[in-house]
Amino acid sequence: MGHILIENLGKTYIDRRRKQRNSKDKNRSPGTQVQVLKDINLELEDGEMVCILGPSGCGKSTLLRIIAGFDRPSEGTVLIDGKPVKGPSSDHIFVFQHSSLLPWMTVRQNVGLGLRHMNDKKAMGKQIEEYIEMVELEGFEDHYPYQLSGGMKRRAELARALAVDPDILFMDEPFTGLDYLTHLKIREEVVNMHEFLGKTTLFVTHDIDDALVMGDRIVVLSGRPAKVKLSRKLTYVRPRDFMKEKGLSELREEVFFMLGVHYAV
Amino acid sequence: MILFFWLLLSRFSGWSKSVFPGPLQVFESLWGLILNGVMVKHVVASLYRVTIGFYLAILLGIPMGIILGRINIAKSFLNPVLHFLRPISPLAWIPLAMLWFGIGDKPAIFLIFLSSFFPLVVSTTVAVANIDPVFFHVAANFNFNRYEQLKKIIIPAILPEVVTALRISIGIAWLVVVAAEMIAVKSGLGYLILDSRNALRMDYVMGAMIVIGIIGLFLDVLMKRLSKIEPVFWGSIGS
Ligand SMILES: Nc1ncnc2c1ncn2[C@@H]1O[C@H](COP(=O)(O)OP(=O)(O)OP(=O)(O)O)[C@@H](O)[C@H]1O
Ligand SMILES: [Mg+2]
Repeated sequence: MGHILIENLGKTYIDRRRKQRNSKDKNRSPGTQVQVLKDINLELEDGEMVCILGPSGCGKSTLLRIIAGFDRPSEGTVLIDGKPVKGPSSDHIFVFQHSSLLPWMTVRQNVGLGLRHMNDKKAMGKQIEEYIEMVELEGFEDHYPYQLSGGMKRRAELARALAVDPDILFMDEPFTGLDYLTHLKIREEVVNMHEFLGKTTLFVTHDIDDALVMGDRIVVLSGRPAKVKLSRKLTYVRPRDFMKEKGLSELREEVFFMLGVHYAV
Repeated sequence: MILFFWLLLSRFSGWSKSVFPGPLQVFESLWGLILNGVMVKHVVASLYRVTIGFYLAILLGIPMGIILGRINIAKSFLNPVLHFLRPISPLAWIPLAMLWFGIGDKPAIFLIFLSSFFPLVVSTTVAVANIDPVFFHVAANFNFNRYEQLKKIIIPAILPEVVTALRISIGIAWLVVVAAEMIAVKSGLGYLILDSRNALRMDYVMGAMIVIGIIGLFLDVLMKRLSKIEPVFWGSIGS
């Protein structure tokens, strides 16, 4: 379970605040229309991790939000396991760009959010412990988010997402704001978890190396309106080193070039 | 310090003792009022009215603030009315309060209710509207129903701001009760002041003022305590 099929997806935002004053037919153009996504076709196999790259503001977050059911498409369809997406659900957990741990709840309570309907409270407590251990936060169960470092918050959020055993994980630049080493460390953990749990994952990032090191596939979007510019399977075994893999370093240059950077080191 | 200046002023201001009594005399009279039970009776009457009016304001104001903060239609209907009524001093309602509720506790309670109700509604509305939308996304993602959304997201999120609003509005309520008691009732600290003035007992007036100040301070400390409880406290350190 965790197959995603996106067909001819388009998204147009209507900005009502910026009305076109000179527009003659007021009924037909009530505001400025901004086409963000256009003709996106994408299929994710069950258990695949796809990393999405694209210039800033091209619509990566919008795409993710639509697939996760937080936003509606203007055109096209999104099918998850053959059924159209109706709205958010605990089968598809979204890890947000900025910390979304509930600040008034402890780590334990946050991780337990998706397990609150379990009747057996003992089993529930055990399961929470398990996931807290998995992200190495033992001893911080009763801490509030403000008492955690940025990296620990990310880990707690990962534990919360994984604890409901979702079919799909959506991650929108989850490493934003982490220092370099923490970034690498948590990236490693995400890769390990992916190899171990094999959940379908859509991972948005602006870091090309992240995409190359983590993804079963990378997808590059163009600037607005975003279209799929490149979709490439990566079959290299992990852990990967793009300095040594010739194919990877070539792809890296190609992607940099595609995103408008010509002299990347 | 204050006592010393008071002593000096009362001695050398040139006013007679009955117009500007000194501290010794005031505390003596105050002690007398406390001993014969008059003061207790008036304090209880005032606190009773503030408590009822304040609870009514909480009971109606906070839910209304949450509705206004969450439901746009309610906001567009009620907000203009609210913003029109809010700047009107509760004291301006005195004639209407007396007309609607007659004489006794009711008009005073009504005025206290008004004085706390508007600040509470407005602060709650603002607090609810300022909740980071990402928390509602989380709620939707984990299939929260409406009740869970209220209990686990909205209420804890607004609690710090609401407690601050409670602290401010109980201060206002305590100001208003004294004024309200000067018109429609025969008990309470406001009545005591008015009655003593009519009897030209400035020592009693000042004694009552001291008690009002002490109780006001006490209420404020009480509300400050409330904001120190950990579940309320979460946001003030930042996260
Ligand atoms: N609710 C909205 N109403 C109108 N326009 C919007 C809305 N949300 C996003 N947009 C526009 O859609 C475009 C894409 O936004 P989106 O957040 O999806 O970009 P992104 O690729 O995630 O950018 P970044 O890399 O900076 O995170 C932006 O130009 C933005 O102005
Ligand atoms: Mg984004």
